[in-house]
Amino acid sequence: MSFWLLLTVNSVTFGGLLFLLSAGFSLIFGLMRIPNLTHGSMFMVGAYLGSSLLSGALGLYLNFWVAAVVGALEVAALGALMERLLLRRLAGQQLAQVLVTLGVSFMVADLCLMGWGGDPISVATPAGLNGFVRAGAAVFPLYRMAVIGIAVVFAIGLWLMLERTRLGAMIRAGVDDPQMARVVGIRVSQLFTIVFALGAGLAGFAGMIGAPILSVYPGLDQDMLPLALVVVILGGTGSLLGSFVGSIIVGFIYNFGQALLPELAYFVLFLPMVLVLVLRPQGLFGGQIL
Amino acid sequence: MNIRHIAIAVAVLALIAVPYVINQPYYVNIASQILLYAVFALGLNILVGYGGLVSLGHAGLSGSAAYAVAYLLAAGHGHIVAIAGGLAAGLVVTAGFAALALRATGISFIMITLALGEIIWGLAYRWISITNGDNGISVSSRPAPFGLALDSANAFYDATLIVFLLAVAACAIFVRSPFGAALTGTRDQPRRMNALGFHVWMIRFWAFMFSGLLSSIAGVLFIYYYEFISPPALALTSSAEVLLMVISGGAGTLLGPVVGASLVVIIRLVVSAYISRWNFMLGAIFVAIVVFMPEGLVPGTVRLARAAWREAERRNLLSRAAATSTGPKS
Repeated sequence: MSFWLLLTVNSVTFGGLLFLLSAGFSLIFGLMRIPNLTHGSMFMVGAYLGSSLLSGALGLYLNFWVAAVVGALEVAALGALMERLLLRRLAGQQLAQVLVTLGVSFMVADLCLMGWGGDPISVATPAGLNGFVRAGAAVFPLYRMAVIGIAVVFAIGLWLMLERTRLGAMIRAGVDDPQMARVVGIRVSQLFTIVFALGAGLAGFAGMIGAPILSVYPGLDQDMLPLALVVVILGGTGSLLGSFVGSIIVGFIYNFGQALLPELAYFVLFLPMVLVLVLRPQGLFGGQIL
Repeated sequence: MNIRHIAIAVAVLALIAVPYVINQPYYVNIASQILLYAVFALGLNILVGYGGLVSLGHAGLSGSAAYAVAYLLAAGHGHIVAIAGGLAAGLVVTAGFAALALRATGISFIMITLALGEIIWGLAYRWISITNGDNGISVSSRPAPFGLALDSANAFYDATLIVFLLAVAACAIFVRSPFGAALTGTRDQPRRMNALGFHVWMIRFWAFMFSGLLSSIAGVLFIYYYEFISPPALALTSSAEVLLMVISGGAGTLLGPVVGASLVVIIRLVVSAYISRWNFMLGAIFVAIVVFMPEGLVPGTVRLARAAWREAERRNLLSRAAATSTGPKS
């Protein structure tokens, strides 16, 4: 009984991490019409930077949460730079933009290998969240509950941002019809930079939040990127609700698959993807932004 | 017999002469490697160059074929069964890829092929009872067609060359065939082709199958060349490498993928001899090619040469005109 319960908690936790990763991916895709293939790298760089800040790279030992936020901001800055310096030069050439993100992801992976070495780095669970919550006979690891809470808070925050703020309205307009948005005076190219930085920052934050669970290792980027792709193929591109539902589905399938069919864990992801592609190629919530 | 035929004959003779000229197993092996990657790149080029469908999962196709060959050989079957099984496995996986990825075109097509390729990689990595996981599978012998052993570098080069020439010929015939023209049509004007009564999906599907067949053949050559296969051969990096060969050489040309394959294989060898940072170089070359020479080396060079030729001709005409116009007056 507790095995299934723990597996469920793990699935929801992983789903939450995937949501943080894929929400930005989906928004970038919705707005700029390109899959950002550096998104897995952003996740990994966020985790590496955070772990270095945690272990005193800057001369002071930062608190876990401060490290996560600072790491995320650095990754967001990297994302903004990449958008400004590289993708902007290729405006309108989607294929070229995708290939550039692919090239950059290889460079980033190799630079991380150079900088942090090949050994996995384990990140300690933040102080105070080491324990368990008991509810009757069931036991819930505290940190995983915290990750679920963070993911829910971010989901609500993103939803409010998109639904209730001026920036959100501009992003929705840009996703819906970029030309029309330009005509009514929205600086869509500026939105590109903002959304790219936001997505990169979210991915970097997710990397650090996930580090106590997944640890940080070379190849983490290539483990996460396909999952984000599957989430977006399932949920539909440019849709926040789609990434949320897709993340939870993928979280469950991946964790249950790993526990029950360890050899085929990656392959079982294939099944929902096939079903969605055959029955609803635009994704479960394709065409809706929220 | 025009100049094109002579050029082709000279090129083929030069390729046959390669092992006798360099005559060192290490370099002959590099030449074989270039040819086998050229077959792979030719296969991807059918889809990327002529179909306008960019795939980032092709290493999954050649990898499936290679793994099937290795698995069948390890299970004690002969080479003929193994090669037939390898090609069949590659084609079955290709059909699955095509059926799913062709639900979309453009950027979504890239995303789906990437995800499918990574799933095949995940299978190779995790399905340990079949693939032996990270340790990979070794193959202990090469086949001996018609009693000719392929163990020496020269013999393997000759076999690869024959396969390569057949692949080039097949691509040349394909491109000139009505089917090839229809494929180019679906790339440029899918809706018009549809209105003209062509089954766009079906054309793309069979182009994908042809591309998968060439990739599977490259996979079979791969497993016999290295006599070993492990999951990194199926990773995204491998798919990207082949795509780089196609794009750097020039997608949609026959010669481009061959030039690109030579370029990438040689750079990879040179780079890994001095520094262990091949992935960084791969990424950097990718970015540089896309930003500075997006049409590829072959069309890019042709464009530059044509421009230079025209410039020279214009100068020539101008000076002649100047000579004739000054002539009568003086």
